[in-house]
Amino acid sequence: MSTAKASPLKVYGVNIETIRLLLKVIIFISIAGAAISSRLFSVIRFESIIHEFDPWFNFRATKYLVSHSFYEFLNWFDDRTWYPLGRVTGGTLYPGLMVTSGAIWHILREWFSLPVDIRNICVLLAPAFSGLTAISTYFLTKEMKDSNAGLLAAIFMGIAPGYISRSVAGSYDNEAIAITLLMATFYFWIKAMKIGSVFYGTLTALFYFYMVSAWGGYVFITNLIPLHVFVLLLMGRYTHRLYTAYSTWYALGTLASMQIPFVGFIPLRSNDHMAALGVFGLLQLVAFGDYVKSKVPTTQFKTFLAISLTSVILLGVAGLVGLTALGWIAPWGGRFYSLWDTNYAKIHIPIIASVSEHQPTAWPAFFFDTGMLIWLFPAGVYICFQEMRDEHVFIIIYSVLCSYFAGVMVRLMLTLTPIICVTGAISLSNLFDVYLNIVDVFTTKEEEVTEKSTKKNAKKSSEEKKILLPLITKLIVTLTFAFYLFYFVLHCTWVTNNAYSSPSVVLASRNPDGSQNIIDDYREAYYWLRMNTPEDSKVLAWWDYGYQIGGMADRTTLVDNNTWNNTHIATVGKAMSSPEDKAYEIFKKHDVDYVLVIFGGLIGFSGDDLNKFLWMVRISEGVWPDEIRERDFFTEKGEYKLDREASQTMKDSVMYKLSYYRFAELFGGRDAPDRVRNQQIPVDQAPELHVLEEAFTSENFMVRIYKVKDLDNVGRDLYEATKFENQISKPLKRSRVVKRPALALREW
Amino acid sequence: MARKDSAAVAAAALKKSQSSNNSSNSTGSKNPLSKISNITSSINEVFSAINTTYADYFETLTPRLKLIDIFLVFLVALGILQFIHVLLIGSFPFNAFLGGFISCVGQFVLTVSLRLQVKETHKSDEKVNEEEDDDAEEDEEEIVDEELVIKSDEPKVSDKIFKVISPERSFGDFIFASLILHFIVIHFIN
Repeated sequence: MSTAKASPLKVYGVNIETIRLLLKVIIFISIAGAAISSRLFSVIRFESIIHEFDPWFNFRATKYLVSHSFYEFLNWFDDRTWYPLGRVTGGTLYPGLMVTSGAIWHILREWFSLPVDIRNICVLLAPAFSGLTAISTYFLTKEMKDSNAGLLAAIFMGIAPGYISRSVAGSYDNEAIAITLLMATFYFWIKAMKIGSVFYGTLTALFYFYMVSAWGGYVFITNLIPLHVFVLLLMGRYTHRLYTAYSTWYALGTLASMQIPFVGFIPLRSNDHMAALGVFGLLQLVAFGDYVKSKVPTTQFKTFLAISLTSVILLGVAGLVGLTALGWIAPWGGRFYSLWDTNYAKIHIPIIASVSEHQPTAWPAFFFDTGMLIWLFPAGVYICFQEMRDEHVFIIIYSVLCSYFAGVMVRLMLTLTPIICVTGAISLSNLFDVYLNIVDVFTTKEEEVTEKSTKKNAKKSSEEKKILLPLITKLIVTLTFAFYLFYFVLHCTWVTNNAYSSPSVVLASRNPDGSQNIIDDYREAYYWLRMNTPEDSKVLAWWDYGYQIGGMADRTTLVDNNTWNNTHIATVGKAMSSPEDKAYEIFKKHDVDYVLVIFGGLIGFSGDDLNKFLWMVRISEGVWPDEIRERDFFTEKGEYKLDREASQTMKDSVMYKLSYYRFAELFGGRDAPDRVRNQQIPVDQAPELHVLEEAFTSENFMVRIYKVKDLDNVGRDLYEATKFENQISKPLKRSRVVKRPALALREW
Repeated sequence: MARKDSAAVAAAALKKSQSSNNSSNSTGSKNPLSKISNITSSINEVFSAINTTYADYFETLTPRLKLIDIFLVFLVALGILQFIHVLLIGSFPFNAFLGGFISCVGQFVLTVSLRLQVKETHKSDEKVNEEEDDDAEEDEEEIVDEELVIKSDEPKVSDKIFKVISPERSFGDFIFASLILHFIVIHFIN
């Protein structure tokens, strides 16, 4: 920054602009380098591995894309998920991410003869795109203020933890490229709106199309740009530039967005998109009105306006209501409602509320994710209010909307971060414009010196103070902010290092001596599944693990993170929360071969199935309120207890049994401590399994896999069969105990 | 919500026109009470407004604009025709209908943009030749400018709305956008 500003002062026979360009390029390269390298912590610490849950599906889909043709990919019917139903994967995903990495793979392979493993491309895609995000943020901010602010915004964007959280190496998710596209689309929109160019409008539409193909959050753009136009209209700032830019974008963008199979005709049918259509219509009318206004005296125009406006509004509202009532236009979606009413999801759609990403944000998260930018953010918005050109209106709307959304849902922190970076950079660069400008201090000094030489030396000391004082203030402010910036970088690195670089597939802990201990239970268990079970076996697990089982174990799952079928998920929840005999019916109906649960009680991993258990109960209660009641799973005092006081329903539930089966044996006759919930699991009431048998338990008991027993071949009830087997095995044990002394005797 | 917003539009528009009324002092005596009684006269005013616009339109028409306008009328007719077809016969291949209809709408919008930009350049040409024709436009821009001054404290003197865009550039943009539009439409129709 400061170097870019100082460059005009020292010209060694080279054009200033050339130096500036060179410096900019160098700064860009270093920003991209910083952005990429700060996202590589997880690769260095663990390995090049896909993270979390959703990325595993994207990875699997990408592998399918590169091994099949593009059309096969679009028509992909996946029979390995949602077991009896299957999933029309090609038609229900946003293909942008997979197509991007597939294209990179092909280009590297065929043009550069670099056969890179597709996994590495997937892992490193997000960091690579973060560099591009920084550059598009630069251009966006440059439109707002100048290139100094742009450079600041770019570096902020490169290292802000709020964005890093979704774009570390290995987090191969839609958001990885979507934020880049978001910023690019906004940049082109501002550009189009500023100069009224059809060309830039078309580019906006093209990037919008790419965005639609990549992320469901495109609805944000679909509503933000119309809102911007609408506000400008209200402010009486209609120009033909606005008409040109918006109309081009809307006509092309809407048409293009309908090319994505998953989106289909939604842009014409759902209320989420109606605002854009409405503003499009309104803009046509305003343009016409503007034309009439230019031809007609104002009084006539007034009445003309009043009459036409009322009729148009009445028609429009009636049309919208009528079409919605007729079912032509879908009413707003559940996620939309949950944005406005934070309790909506909890009451109506527990499946949305159960996702931790959809919870409201805790306030420290704002500071945690954006560091000092969070208090520069209001200042930047204030500066936008002061200047208030058309593009500043955009920034203001964006920041107001996103601040609200980020407060409602944790995951929308991601869309807030770019605007925080932009406004933070605007305010900081405004500050630096004043305080880094040492030039005027020296020029005034020279003038004063010349003045002084003509005058007497009487006031010399006070004059010096006058020069010194601004210099000192400037120095203090500059140094303070340099310190803040330095600390910001430290904060970002620290957050990235500690909070966002865990793959959550592999966990890391510290041994007492400080060395790192890697807990690799997931992969151990999934690999076991892959190697030891028949290829067509069906695994029942809670939906969180669906994508991982599909991606790592390559086995058929009943439900996965796509969550498109609430009833099916509720079925799995019901199986987990009912007693064994009822669960067995469900298992058999769905051909389940294995049941997989995650249990963190031994090592204190808090994200295990028992902690998610209440959501399973709630979701299945939503579908079968007669059979599953949340209340039954609490103790009489209304506590969620798993120890001696646990309710009978809880103790009978499959989830409880699967989690604690033979858990107490680890502790040799004492009550087993559950380290997550800090409760003692009674040893004398150890759960017994009748319809399932333990197949595999990983090293730290984190993943437990059970095999569903087949129907007894003598036609007995499975309870009796198990009892019989236990009776057989018990005397055996006793006889061994009896035998031992004999053996010992023989030795003796 | 939409209703409220549009009410706000109306209010803003009224305020705007009132302020311009005050500045021109031509019809300051008109009060809302008399306006209610004179609905018929206001309807007449609307008709006369349409008539003046209509007449003015033909006055300012140039051959190039005429060509564009004929194309626009053709597009509107085509769109309406398709819509009637859907109403009468049904929208079975829905994407085919949408492709056709949106290609009309999109082309219409692009052409209007082109027309605005072409007219802009024309206007600046004419400005040199005849000032008479320009008065109405000047008024409008003055009003816009005044508002800008009031709201942003930043006097922005812009003679042309599309500063950067030359007529050649606008035509090139138009072709570029149209090509993309029709490429997508063809892809959409299959």
